[in-house]
Amino acid sequence: MFRILDARQLASDVKCFRIDAPLVARHRQPGQFVIIRLSETGERIPLTMANADRAAGTIELIVKAIGKTTRELCKKNAGDTISDVMGPLGNPTEIIKAAHAVLVGGGVGTAVIYPLAQTLRDGGSFVSAITGGRTRELVVLEAELRNVCDVVYACTDDGSYGFRGTVADKLRELIDPARRRRESSIAPERHANAGAACRPVEVVYCAGPVPMMKAIAELTRPAGIKTIVSLNPIMVDGTGMCGGCRVTIDGQAKFACVDGPEFDGHAVNFAELADRLTAYRVQEKLALDRMEHECDMAT
Amino acid sequence: MPLTARERMAIARQKMPERAPDVRNRDFHEVNLGYHQSLAALEADRCLQCKDSKCVGGCPVGIDIPGFLERVSAGDLKGAAELLLAANALPGITGRVCPQEEQCEQLCIRAKGKNGQPVAIGHLERFVADWARENLDIRQLVAPPTGYRVAVVGSGPAGLTCSGELARKGHDVTVFEALHQPGGVLTYGIPEFRLPNHIIDAEVDRLRQMGVKIVCNVVIGRTFTIDELLKEEGYDAVFVANGAGLPVFMNIPGENLKGVYSANEYLTRSNLMRAYEFPRFDTPIIRGERVAVVGGGNVAMDSVRTAKRLGAKEATLVYRRSRAEMPARVEEVHHAEDEGIVFELLCNPIRVLGSEDGWVRGLQCVRMELGEPDDSGRRRPVPIRGSEFVIDSDLVIMAIGTRANPLLTSTTPDLKLNKWGYIEVDEAGATSKPGVYAGGDIARGSATVILAMGDGKRAAASIDQYLRGRPPTSQR
Ligand SMILES: Cc1cc2nc3c(=O)[nH]c(=O)nc-3n(C[C@H](O)[C@H](O)[C@H](O)COP(=O)(O)OP(=O)(O)OC[C@H]3O[C@@H](n4cnc5c(N)ncnc54)[C@H](O)[C@@H]3O)c2cc1C
Ligand SMILES: Cc1cc2nc3c(=O)[nH]c(=O)nc-3n(C[C@H](O)[C@H](O)[C@H](O)COP(=O)(O)OP(=O)(O)OC[C@H]3O[C@@H](n4cnc5c(N)ncnc54)[C@H](O)[C@@H]3O)c2cc1C
Ligand code: FES
Repeated sequence: MFRILDARQLASDVKCFRIDAPLVARHRQPGQFVIIRLSETGERIPLTMANADRAAGTIELIVKAIGKTTRELCKKNAGDTISDVMGPLGNPTEIIKAAHAVLVGGGVGTAVIYPLAQTLRDGGSFVSAITGGRTRELVVLEAELRNVCDVVYACTDDGSYGFRGTVADKLRELIDPARRRRESSIAPERHANAGAACRPVEVVYCAGPVPMMKAIAELTRPAGIKTIVSLNPIMVDGTGMCGGCRVTIDGQAKFACVDGPEFDGHAVNFAELADRLTAYRVQEKLALDRMEHECDMAT
Repeated sequence: MPLTARERMAIARQKMPERAPDVRNRDFHEVNLGYHQSLAALEADRCLQCKDSKCVGGCPVGIDIPGFLERVSAGDLKGAAELLLAANALPGITGRVCPQEEQCEQLCIRAKGKNGQPVAIGHLERFVADWARENLDIRQLVAPPTGYRVAVVGSGPAGLTCSGELARKGHDVTVFEALHQPGGVLTYGIPEFRLPNHIIDAEVDRLRQMGVKIVCNVVIGRTFTIDELLKEEGYDAVFVANGAGLPVFMNIPGENLKGVYSANEYLTRSNLMRAYEFPRFDTPIIRGERVAVVGGGNVAMDSVRTAKRLGAKEATLVYRRSRAEMPARVEEVHHAEDEGIVFELLCNPIRVLGSEDGWVRGLQCVRMELGEPDDSGRRRPVPIRGSEFVIDSDLVIMAIGTRANPLLTSTTPDLKLNKWGYIEVDEAGATSKPGVYAGGDIARGSATVILAMGDGKRAAASIDQYLRGRPPTSQR
């Protein structure tokens, strides 16, 4: 049993948990994840560690409630327990020192890129983050990101907050050389984001829905900007034993849980990944309906 | 009065009572019901008590087979159990899953001749083990603590056997298991209908009572490395038994379509995650109507019979050689046939066909014929030109083998591996790294439960010897 020490609501359906898991905390590096199982009848799901405190023996998870397991988890609070927490799993993020590193996160992906910011910055990179959602309520972790990034761009599709457009639209702007030339002529004092605008983007880290990652990778490909994406295939064991998490990278099958979860965005077969993620759509809906039905019965 | 040899010879082999095929192929309860005592005694009477009992030589752990059979026929089940357990800590498991027809029973004198039928040693082993579990206090005496600490990696048959042996000698043993439940392949791979989980649970409980600590959710190579276990965590020795759990795919087109599983994934979802009880259990599984399973071993057999139980109208086994070459246990092949499994033999998949929405719709295969013998001594299957055909299927399961998982070995660079990535060990089970021993599938490549157990036992003896020559880490 693993105890939840602290649970904090970050947005209407996003929660941050601090969990007592000393063995996992001890070796955790940015980019690694855990696999958790809530109860004896639960499913095993992967979640990225947003943080870990070695001395305190704790890890932090940021969870977006989307299906049965994540919703059940998001109902939990300090003092509650989780049956199993296994990890750390996956390879740590490849930290590249860059004049300008841009983190792009959409939805839960923001939870995946957030822990990278501090590490990249500690490594001497200038770090911008682009986070987005359809509308204002769906932009998560913006305040947290501001604490660890040099610049943060919030984007909404409907323009209800921040930049109007997708995260890809924002990135297009940032990597546009013409714009850089233009903005670098403005004196830094007069332009809050001049720091970001003057520096050529050297690396992009991206996590989020598959179509978003694909769009980002397509943007950076012609510009030749190294792009690391964090893939989210369905997993079971997390040790390379089942092969369920296989993804195609440069035409080769890789197991995301042990070979990833981060890969070169320009080599990923995104269409296949997107399709494989829909394999259990019927069962996921059934599980969710059943859970909601049970909740209705209880009230 | 003891029976004469002629009287013994006159007794026919007693059939294992089993559930009706068309009932059992719809649920996950055990197929075999087990002998009751009179049947067991009758079967044990068939043993001729040969002086040079060949059967014992066929047993990887050297069970005194005539000895325990004699006690069964005399009704001394306690005596039989004690003899059995002295050589084999997990008889309830091996009695169910050993390939007896290639081991003890193959060498039984009564197997000789055209109509020869060996004594059903496996069934009797299972009978005695089940009786013992219900009726005996099989807790073993544990020697006083020695002060030595040993870490065991993996809780499959090799790890469990090794930890039991070490605990008995008074060592402080911790088993680290990556998954949330112990048992290795016995838990996640072999289905309930062949090996019920409560048998493994009982075994794990017995080890816990002996003081063995079992810590789940710890992945050695990630949570700790072997070096950390030895240098920082204060273990005096390590036994590595992490199995050979890396699934192999065929590398044919269409393998990443929705509806293609490795057998490991399919069986793990069903057995470990209990997806056959979805939605009571949360883990989903794709239930095919027409399921094709590729392979001819126990893993393929378990997968195809699971598919039938999950509701497949047609569950087909696709194997590229002929029946005689199938590596599966004979009993499982018979059971599968009785349960209505279709066998497509001398048939090899060349492509998985998909529909527009990314789901499997068929398995394109080619017919094979047997050519010259290959390295394994089996005749090599060669494709027959122009014989391609399609097996309509909505679920395809690849059960064509596993390899060494590099997760642990890649973080232990001074552990010498062979060219396939398995850990090299000497006669004593010692690896190239001092204080580190290995056994089971990670040292042999995919093998059997009994061989894994034998390795665990041997390594425990070697570790015990190694430890006694040096002061415990805790006192240095
Ligand atoms: C390496 C990795 C890191 C992740 N990190 C985070 C994180 O930090 N925070 C976060 O909120 N989410 C994260 N996810 C996604 C999270 O695992 C899924 O949201 C979760 O599994 C959904 O389960 P559910 O029962 O709530 O929803 P379901 O209704 O079961 O599924 C909703 C969708 O989630 C995906 N999914 C379902 N089951 C699994 C599974 N076993 N493994 C992976 N994906 C699955 C599928 O695309 C599915 O369509 C991560 C995923 C991966 C692979
Ligand atoms: C479906 C199936 C059916 C089979 N049927 C039979 C049969 O009928 N008869 C027979 O004799 N044999 C059978 N076998 C083969 C037999 O099960 C294996 O040979 C045997 O289980 C090997 O035992 P082991 O202890 O070496 O490893 P395993 O049983 O594989 O156990 C290894 C354990 O180590 C854990 N582990 C892996 N990596 C790590 C790590 N890094 N850190 C911590 N823990 C780790 C795994 O999770 C696992 O629990 C079958 C195998 C399968 C897959
Ligand atoms: S999750 Fe099973 S191999 Fe990656």
